[in-house]
Amino acid sequence: MTTPGINDAWRPSPASWALVAVAWILVGIPLAWGIYKTLQTAVALFR
Amino acid sequence: MAGLLAKERIIAGPGFNRWLVPPAALAIHLSIGMAYGFSVFWLPLSRAIGITQPVACPADMGFFARIFATTCDWKISTLGWMYTLFFVFLGSSAAVFGRWLEREGPRKAGVVAAFCWGGGFLMSALGVHLHQIWMLWLGSGVIGGCGLGLGYISPVSTLIKWFPDRRGMATGMAIMGFGGGAMIGSPLANLLMNHFKTPTSVGVLETFVAMGAIYFVAMLCGAFGYRLPPPDWRPAGWTPPAAQANAMITHRQVHVSQAWRTPQFWLLWTVLCMNVSAGIGVIGMASPMLQEVFGGKLIGIAGALKDLAEDQRVQVATIGAGFAALLSLFNIAGRIFWASLSDYLGRKRTYFVFFLLGMVLYSLAPFAGKIGSVPLFVAIFCVILTMYGGGFATVPAYLADMFGTLHVGAIHGRLLTAWSMAGILGPVLVNYIREFQIARGVPNAQAYNTTMYILAALLVIGFFSNLAVKPVAERYYMTDAELAAERQLAHEVAARKG
Repeated sequence: MTTPGINDAWRPSPASWALVAVAWILVGIPLAWGIYKTLQTAVALFR
Repeated sequence: MAGLLAKERIIAGPGFNRWLVPPAALAIHLSIGMAYGFSVFWLPLSRAIGITQPVACPADMGFFARIFATTCDWKISTLGWMYTLFFVFLGSSAAVFGRWLEREGPRKAGVVAAFCWGGGFLMSALGVHLHQIWMLWLGSGVIGGCGLGLGYISPVSTLIKWFPDRRGMATGMAIMGFGGGAMIGSPLANLLMNHFKTPTSVGVLETFVAMGAIYFVAMLCGAFGYRLPPPDWRPAGWTPPAAQANAMITHRQVHVSQAWRTPQFWLLWTVLCMNVSAGIGVIGMASPMLQEVFGGKLIGIAGALKDLAEDQRVQVATIGAGFAALLSLFNIAGRIFWASLSDYLGRKRTYFVFFLLGMVLYSLAPFAGKIGSVPLFVAIFCVILTMYGGGFATVPAYLADMFGTLHVGAIHGRLLTAWSMAGILGPVLVNYIREFQIARGVPNAQAYNTTMYILAALLVIGFFSNLAVKPVAERYYMTDAELAAERQLAHEVAARKG
């Protein structure tokens, strides 16, 4: 049932890695901000 | 529009990078994860009419009159029903619509989820404007809850198909987003409410509109970022392990309508339910528990919580909030850590660790309280919370191992009813046991000890359920003819030709 050759031809294009970086930055920035805000609250535990 | 959302349209072409799919899934999960942070609205909404302080309804006003009343404020307990509705409708919509999702594809499901979640915010904004609590229950609770369910399961089978070599890590990345959504949403909501509030408004209406729009756009971006691999695609250089190499990973498929008839499904349902019940129980009581167990010790003075002055209690409450925040960080970290580790350890062994280590840690918590060790107490619960998050994130890969990848999204949807059950079981157990203990004269600081032992007992049930999980019996697997018919129905044949 395996499509012959499909996996050999399937290498991510070099340009796609730039898109990957942009996509991860777009979700990573708000997540990092959320983690930073949470750490600001959590730090009260260690004062 | 329908064509744009069709499953055939999102089959990736050569050169597509599979690492684009996890951020798309994260965009959806980070949006719907705000469900955990909705309590940030309770206090402002409880004085939506009075603005500076709540306007109480007349004592003789009936339940239905309160629902439609426009002259007095809502109680926090009334608003809290929205939270219950979220998780009931998350589980039930995931169970009901999972099969539809597998047939129609993740993009259509993601778009519907965006309309439900974003639209739910808008309906809630209208409910705030008209001061009708039922509109908030229906908008965010019911419609938004359906968006939660669809959004939650939308990327699961897609990610598993793109990452057959790292199933746990892939689903862990998405489900980490659900845990992290409130970390972004709660401070964002506070910022927006402070920006929009005026002497005549608490700013929630405008915040709901803004957040609804932000989440709608983010979820649409995520849904349009989904791509499916062609059937039989696999990563370059990776070959599936031989079938006999690991009996706990099947290469065959079980139909969703058969899966829930297998003992394995109900064993995994129990595994998830027990793991989540114990974790939810802890999350709900983390902050008050730390404050009551250690009292003044948290700020370096002797005395129980009830003996402290008002300003000292405020300091202790701040530390309690810090503890809850720290636990939420460990909760999301555990999702990616344990799910990724399960790719190497195996799913069954990973859950063994959860249950064995969990039993030890829950049983050790009263000891940490007794010896007055705050660091040990905090460390115990941080590890427990990683395993709570890890339980959620590892279960889709466990299902794919047991039932195959064809209907894993739909099967996962049905399994999430265990979450709805745990959402009731965990808090009820914790709260009632604590009240029972206090009514019997047990000091507040020690009232949690029995609770911890009972939560450990839940993990014993989970341990034995996990122990009983064996490969699915031959009769439940789909035949080649059934598989071909299913692929036709699921638009996969057209995709293959295209």
